Amino acid sequence: MSNTDQGAPVALVTGSGRGIGLACAQALAASGHDVCLNCSSESSFERTTQAAEQIANDYGVRTLVVVANVADADAAKALVDETVAELGSIDVLVNNAGITRDGLIARMGEDDFDAVIDVNLKGTFNCCKAAAKYMMKQRSGAIVNMSSIVGIAGNAGQANYAASKAGVIGLTKSLAKELARRSIRVNAVAPGFIATDMTDALNDQQKEAITSQIGLGRLGEAADVADLVAFLASPAASYITGQVISIDGGLSL
Amino acid sequence: MATIDIVREVLVENQDLDPEAITEDAVIEDLGIDSLDMVELVCDIEDKCEIDFGEPGDLKTIGDIVAHIDSLK
Repeated sequence: MSNTDQGAPVALVTGSGRGIGLACAQALAASGHDVCLNCSSESSFERTTQAAEQIANDYGVRTLVVVANVADADAAKALVDETVAELGSIDVLVNNAGITRDGLIARMGEDDFDAVIDVNLKGTFNCCKAAAKYMMKQRSGAIVNMSSIVGIAGNAGQANYAASKAGVIGLTKSLAKELARRSIRVNAVAPGFIATDMTDALNDQQKEAITSQIGLGRLGEAADVADLVAFLASPAASYITGQVISIDGGLSL
Repeated sequence: MATIDIVREVLVENQDLDPEAITEDAVIEDLGIDSLDMVELVCDIEDKCEIDFGEPGDLKTIGDIVAHIDSLK
């Protein structure tokens, strides 16, 4: 993806204080992007700032950290505006920020449903809307939205999360159609089981049960997803838009 | 700056249109301005004129856009 003015292309990765989001920020920096990292609260600001400094040192790129809750439209707009003001443009947007509030539907509170939809789906919408304004002007851009295999297949106990991730797919395809005429590509990735803080909490028996369903016989790594995201953001993917790419080690086969 | 001049300036910058073709009588569709171009125009006008453009009904000509903007000032 090329910056329309000069210098390095700029990427914004939401929810990039750790896990898949941080890996995406690293992968995009490795491919020469200046990167704005984002976390949702002041409590994770210090950790995210340390990660950003490490990325800047490792890859020789500029980094920025902005605290913003993407579920808030004004905050999402401010996040995108600050990225452009500080780093010069927004060429790549990775909508990764997401939360879970799992539970069976009979016990799932309305607030649990709303919170997950607000961050995962509305947050993606908010950031896409704010970034599209800039990308339309520069006649280029790549957006990668984080869906999930459960957004395609569903998952017991995750009605809210699965609905939000299915929503992300619809949003992705619609925006791909809307923005293609401005050379803005919009794709989604749908990870399966990825080793993160969340899966670290599972016991060995649970992990074995999951792994037995995965063709490649292992959990995915955050870097596996990040490499795919960096590819979709790159000129090598310049003819790919509106697609949902599963990255699940064969789980869905 | 007159509203028509602001609209003209934005359209010339965004669409590379001939400034002389952008008159109040000019039909939006005839200028080759599509829905995405309109969104871009509206965003720029909102910034430049500090207005909320809203969702007006039928805007057929450049003059309709100018009149709508002036009604919001």
